[in-house]
Amino acid sequence: MKILIVDDFSTMRRIIKNLLRDLGFTNTAEADDGATALPMLQSGSFDFLVTDWNMPIMSGLDLLREVRADDKLKHLPVLMVTAEAKRDQIITAAQAGVNGYVVKPFTAETLKDKIEKIFERVNG
Amino acid sequence: MQHDNNSEFEAAVALHAPQLQQSFAQGDLQEATRIIAQISRIRERTLYLEVGRLTRELHNAIIDFDIDPRNPHAQEMSQITDASERLQYVVNMTDQAANSALDLVEKSAPLVTYISYEAQSLTADWQRFMRRDMQADEFRLLAKRIDVFLLRSLHDSDQLSANLNEIMMAQGFQDLTGQVIKRVINLIADIESNLLKLVAMAGQVDRVAGIEHSTEDLRKQNHKKKNSNAGEGPQIHADKLDDVVTDQVDVDDLLSSLGF
Repeated sequence: MKILIVDDFSTMRRIIKNLLRDLGFTNTAEADDGATALPMLQSGSFDFLVTDWNMPIMSGLDLLREVRADDKLKHLPVLMVTAEAKRDQIITAAQAGVNGYVVKPFTAETLKDKIEKIFERVNG
Repeated sequence: MQHDNNSEFEAAVALHAPQLQQSFAQGDLQEATRIIAQISRIRERTLYLEVGRLTRELHNAIIDFDIDPRNPHAQEMSQITDASERLQYVVNMTDQAANSALDLVEKSAPLVTYISYEAQSLTADWQRFMRRDMQADEFRLLAKRIDVFLLRSLHDSDQLSANLNEIMMAQGFQDLTGQVIKRVINLIADIESNLLKLVAMAGQVDRVAGIEHSTEDLRKQNHKKKNSNAGEGPQIHADKLDDVVTDQVDVDDLLSSLGF
């Protein structure tokens, strides 16, 4: 299981990386923007994407749309972990094909719960 | 002070209006023209005074903000530049604190893992010993392991409590960044009140000159459609806004209502 973590703040990437490691996911890579994440996704064999929304060059929503529009990547499970908390935004992300949505600040349990649900659905 | 010129203009209009009407009624066009010219002179003088005052205020505001680009020291003196630097300091401090706390957590995790793993394994063997289900040479081995475990626990718990202490100390950034942010908040309040003064001044000029701005147009300009893809960052008053979720439960409810 190879996971890409995308967030423009290195501390948030570290926190997510540590939480994922506690959940048993040790094979992770990091990107600081949607623009740098997309080529990594296209060239590496990632099984899961955890992304922030608000990033300077390419937002997480645009990254999600690029992923869904790419034939090779369109089935990649995507979890959004973001401070964006407007109802329209959550609906927009859902319509763009997000698999899970976690609002910051979040707890370790919430992240665990959402990741498990996504895998249940993907595998089930 | 501000209203003196204006009221002079208004008083002149109020004073001369009946005379103007009267002279029209009497068909005295010459007198009417004279009155109009007089009102016009007062209006012009008021206008010049207001524009002059606006210019002075603007000049003072620029000096107050230290943003006059002709000033060779503008870069060092500018409170705006200073505020930006202060906020950058906040970003750096919070980044440093978060990273040092994360470093310490990462250093502590293996220590806890060892204590938990070895305690489990020793407990299993110890229970075997209590049930007298253990050979003498096996017990000698167990005793050695317990010895190592106790020594290492002593050392590791000291290390853990030192790490916890350091994590606590790393939260000291809150005090420093809090002070800096409060100063920037004060600066913004100052700037706002100065700008409001300028707006009020400009409003006086508009009144005398008879210029009207369409508030509708201004509002439209402000409401340029926001790019919803870009994101807005954290919501500050999530509990007071209807279109914002307050917690993860809200998010889950919303998503499940969409069939997730």
